[in-house]
Amino acid sequence: MNERPPLYGLLAEFGDPTELVAAVRRAREAGYTRLDAFTPFPVEGLAEELGCERSRLPLLVFAGAVLGAAVGYGLQYWTSVVAYPWNVGGRPFHSWPAFVPVTFELTVLFAALFAVLGMLALNGLPRPYHPVFRVPRFALATRDRFFLLVEAADPLFHPEETRRFLERLVPRTVSEVEP
Amino acid sequence: MRREEGRPPVIEPGHTFATVTDKIAAVVLAQKTSRGWWLGFGLSFLLLLLFLYAVGFLFLRGTGIWGVNVPVAWGFAIVNFVWWIGIGHAGTLISAILLLLRQPWRTSINRFAEAMTLFAVACAGLYPILHLGRPWLFYWLFPYPNTMGLWPQFRSPLVWDVFAVSTYATVSFLFWYVGLLPDLATIRDRSRGPVRARIYGVLAMGWRGSAAHWQRYETAYLLLAGLSTPLVVSVHTVVSFDFAVGLVPGWHATIFPPYFVAGAIFSGFAMVLTLAIPLRAAYGLEDFVTMRHLDAMARVMLATGLVVAYGYGSEIFTAWYGGNIYEEAMVSNRFFGPYAPVYWALLACNVVAPQALWFARVRASVPALFVLALVVNVGMWLERFVIVVTSLHRDFLPSSWGMYVPTFWDWATFVGSIGLFLSLLFLFIRFLPMISMFEMRALLPEAEVRETAG
Repeated sequence: MNERPPLYGLLAEFGDPTELVAAVRRAREAGYTRLDAFTPFPVEGLAEELGCERSRLPLLVFAGAVLGAAVGYGLQYWTSVVAYPWNVGGRPFHSWPAFVPVTFELTVLFAALFAVLGMLALNGLPRPYHPVFRVPRFALATRDRFFLLVEAADPLFHPEETRRFLERLVPRTVSEVEP
Repeated sequence: MRREEGRPPVIEPGHTFATVTDKIAAVVLAQKTSRGWWLGFGLSFLLLLLFLYAVGFLFLRGTGIWGVNVPVAWGFAIVNFVWWIGIGHAGTLISAILLLLRQPWRTSINRFAEAMTLFAVACAGLYPILHLGRPWLFYWLFPYPNTMGLWPQFRSPLVWDVFAVSTYATVSFLFWYVGLLPDLATIRDRSRGPVRARIYGVLAMGWRGSAAHWQRYETAYLLLAGLSTPLVVSVHTVVSFDFAVGLVPGWHATIFPPYFVAGAIFSGFAMVLTLAIPLRAAYGLEDFVTMRHLDAMARVMLATGLVVAYGYGSEIFTAWYGGNIYEEAMVSNRFFGPYAPVYWALLACNVVAPQALWFARVRASVPALFVLALVVNVGMWLERFVIVVTSLHRDFLPSSWGMYVPTFWDWATFVGSIGLFLSLLFLFIRFLPMISMFEMRALLPEAEVRETAG
């Protein structure tokens, strides 16, 4: 069957984080792999339950910090020693203690920019449209409701069986997500 | 966050995810703007106009309209710069250091404290630029390839300042915006009317609270906090270097970096209290900004005030113990010289008045805290005045002594910048959630995942 599945997935709505975590656990045990959960605040351990790998963000931020330090020190060394050497009160051209503050500031600046832009990039944001936004009740995901999404791309996905499976988890509602 | 035993709650009981969200979002989502907001914004905007007028005249005539001259070439502009940037520090401290220390009480106040930081840094950043004789050439301070083949002098603390303040402004903005992201999504989902939903939708960047996103988000937020913590200390340290690296008596003290940082936190917490007390009354946020918050901030104010007092003592002691006649002359000039009333007023505001905070009854009284916060704000401004002006007006040679008298334009720029700060703050509380909603939800008891059998 090569035709495009008519659904993006099924979305089950829960009332509190405990129910959601239990549902995620059951879905994983049932063998579903293409899952996502949406919560109004970070729920501890939820990403691990979903099988998300630990993010590479810290490594990226470290790279940013190293780059910032190199740029900061390199800039000062190059301008003060090579491009525009200027004798100030007989101080050496390469007066490294004076270069520490700017190097430090640029280290922090680059690391912070890498942290934020890296977080957005790894999350695939900005993303103006996502199929789940079509579900009217999904607006509650940023208020007080907890959602579990089973994507249609999941090998086990079957429109009726997956719906029955989700309904056994006693959610408040199960909605179809159109692509 | 861990729940604490036997301490007053950081949120009054009886709230759910929905009530917390709706109560905070209501201020932003309200169709009608309250009369009090218009009154406050109108008054602030008038002051902002005064600022623009003063700055316009400055551009027209030059810094001669201010009272600055040789020997006091650093007047109100530098006093205000240090004062404003100090005020900014509490915001970063609350959001970064208290986050790392897992202090749950930070949550209700961090958002507007961060906004306060941003706006205070904006006011601060303007002053060194206005203070340049030709402000439109301020970009010469940045290293950029130019036809003159010139580069900034990286051995100068004034260039360090450029990097410190611009980094601080950028990182504070990032921290604030990242913190806002999930709340912007909430406002997007709760707005009625397509225009508003679209504007907040663009700002929220398509945030939908996915678990994988939250994981990276929390990592990024924690890393930003870790980066901001040394940054906030470094910024005021660099500001203190502007003085301490100079050889002027009264500026050349090794106590300056820590004492400036403590002073910044002192004035910053005073400003947070000054803003939080009227805001919680006006918007009925007593459930979220509880007496426990006010008490905690008062304690921080007391502690940093004591560090500042130690700094004053250390300056006097070093002048006497060091046996340097110029330092001794500087101290006796502060005590008995022409600016002595300012110095004594500063001691009264910053050293004597905060001692009242030792008493639990004072910390439990909202009006008393408000008055004390205002007194500390004034006192910290006087401190910067004493450091800048009394040290410059009499240096080594009596022949080069002089006096500094602020002019109308000095005052207009100072008062006007308060207008800029308050105008931005009023816009912020009307258009953005002033308390972090997603973090408040996470503080509620039902946010914890209970282990269920099976």
